[in-house]
Amino acid sequence: MIHQDSKTILEVSGLQAAVDGVEILKGVDLIVKSGEVHAIMGTNGSGKSTFAKVLAGHSAYQVTGGSVLFEGQNLFDLEPEERARAGVFLAFQYPIEIPGVSNSHFLRLAYNTLQSQRGKDELDPLEFEDFVREKMKLLEMNPNFLDRGVNEGFSGGEKKRNEILQMALLEPRLAILDETDSGLDIDALRIVTNGVNKLANKDNAIILVTHYQRMLNYIEPDYVHVMRGGRIVKTGGKELALDLETRGYDWLGVERRAPASA
Amino acid sequence: MSMSLVNSNTYLESLLQGQPRLPASPLAWFNQLRANAVDHAGRLKLPTTRDEEWRFTDLSPLARQSFQPARAAAAQQAADVEHFSVAEAAIRLVFVDGKYMPQLSTPAERLGNRGLIVTNLSSAITANAEAIEPHLGQYARFEDNLFAALNTAFLHDGALVIVPRGAAIDTPVHVLLIATQPEVASHPRCLFIAEAGSEVTILEDYVSLNEAVYVTNAVTEIAVGDNARISHIRVQRDSTEAFHIGNCAVSLAHASRYRSVSVALGARISRYDLNTGLDAEDAECVIDGLALINGRQLADTHSSIDHAKPNCTSRQLHKCIADGSAHAVFNGKIMVRAGAQNTDSAQSSRNLLLNAKARIDTKPQLEIFANDVKCAHGATVGQLDSEELFYLKSRGLSGVTARNLLTYAFGAEIIDRIPIASLKYRLEQTVLEQIKKN
Repeated sequence: MIHQDSKTILEVSGLQAAVDGVEILKGVDLIVKSGEVHAIMGTNGSGKSTFAKVLAGHSAYQVTGGSVLFEGQNLFDLEPEERARAGVFLAFQYPIEIPGVSNSHFLRLAYNTLQSQRGKDELDPLEFEDFVREKMKLLEMNPNFLDRGVNEGFSGGEKKRNEILQMALLEPRLAILDETDSGLDIDALRIVTNGVNKLANKDNAIILVTHYQRMLNYIEPDYVHVMRGGRIVKTGGKELALDLETRGYDWLGVERRAPASA
Repeated sequence: MSMSLVNSNTYLESLLQGQPRLPASPLAWFNQLRANAVDHAGRLKLPTTRDEEWRFTDLSPLARQSFQPARAAAAQQAADVEHFSVAEAAIRLVFVDGKYMPQLSTPAERLGNRGLIVTNLSSAITANAEAIEPHLGQYARFEDNLFAALNTAFLHDGALVIVPRGAAIDTPVHVLLIATQPEVASHPRCLFIAEAGSEVTILEDYVSLNEAVYVTNAVTEIAVGDNARISHIRVQRDSTEAFHIGNCAVSLAHASRYRSVSVALGARISRYDLNTGLDAEDAECVIDGLALINGRQLADTHSSIDHAKPNCTSRQLHKCIADGSAHAVFNGKIMVRAGAQNTDSAQSSRNLLLNAKARIDTKPQLEIFANDVKCAHGATVGQLDSEELFYLKSRGLSGVTARNLLTYAFGAEIIDRIPIASLKYRLEQTVLEQIKKN
């Protein structure tokens, strides 16, 4: 929801980033305020997933230019774990499986780390069990997912639910959902997006990175941005997503600016 | 016992000097077995890194030490031992520096388990000679193994388990071998026999009360009868100054099953040889191992699985985690003999290097002489997965916590296979603490 007096959560200016020396992001500008939902759309290779990973601090991506302020602080001064503790959350496109680490142990460790960061009480295993079971209801998750290894043997949909469960536990200020809709059937999509909607409030913000419009039928964005060639080339309201759905991406044309390095 | 075998070998000399002269047994075959072993021990030399089987394991620190026989074991406080007790195990044999401690033990007869024999070998050998003779010294070959030869030459005491035909023992048997004195050499000898159709879980547990320098030279022989099942858990948490040499030889009869989980955490230098013979059709073995070492520790595991007959199955997962400047070695031999058709074997060696100074050598070795077999094997040596680390850090976990958690998880896959809940829990805590120290 757009409010006139909302605080700025994220301010991205001219962000450039590379993988293995190949520049992927070529000057991204974006301002996200509290209470807002932003959708970033684009074809494969447009740079939208790179953008998500750069914000979370993945070491494979080198920031080569520009700046990102998160609640006024230089995001790139923070290690990935410090970003998480400050309130940045990335729901992974491909959540990794970690056999041998029980999901409940992992979730509790993460939850308690953020609780202590925020000066709040940590929960012991029994208290946490009750707490997390409540949160799981939001995502219609079977409690036996707590006893398994992190994402181990989970279906695609179960992994995505587990991601949003973590979002529910960690209560981030900024949640970046990287293709959370991919691999979900229609029921799972409804459950996952319903969960996200319940977690959205006036104090946090959400960036949805997606290829398709269909998730936006469930989570209504305030802004839709189209990324192409490592830049945001068009910004509009939710109707822009419908345009993209019917017309595709080609009508947006080629890059309008010459590469910065040329 | 003849002293002529010591000749030029100072290490052997130190081991043998002052060893109590073992009294002759009334059993002629037993005396003959020891005499044969003395003979072989005299001909064998301490292996060096020039021996293929020992190329990564330099025993010269062991050769430089001198060892004595254990003094009369100080009366151990029950409290010292209780620390190592395993709640599920109603039957327990305790050995201190190689000596049987009846007052700390709960042998089977006290539980009134009819026909089940769990006691110390030396007290039971005469009465049970008929059951023991076909097995003792039959599997742990000492012709070219100095340590097995020495153990057999000194063969005196250890744990004896005989599970009678058709019996399923519902409590694990805990064989607890405690080291308390410095500069002591002990040679425990265990024999586990599961008669046809029987079932038992045995925990062979090497622990230390302190960080002393000592040497344990253990030999265990296991006979699994027709349709019998043995689950064998071996935990080595010796002093990190100690030397641990272990030889275990297993023979499986028709349609029997042997499951083994071995965990090596202690000792400055440890070597464990596990030789499993699938000696009859339809037998199956599952052999898992974990070595978790640090500092200047060396842990060497040599296993061999011998598919001697058709229609047998073997599974093996061995993991090493080396930190500090530790060195882990795994050599896993799978032999499929001519005629052992329809063999189904899978072996995996997975290794985690946590420090640039640490080292892991792994060598899967397949020798196949049959043509209708399914054999899979693989080995990996790696560091912690950067994507897994990133995932954990992206949830706020510190780099150290993330590393510890992943290291723990890597080892926990093996520990999880231990069928004794309280031991599993305790080892998991130990592993977690050991990882956190690093």
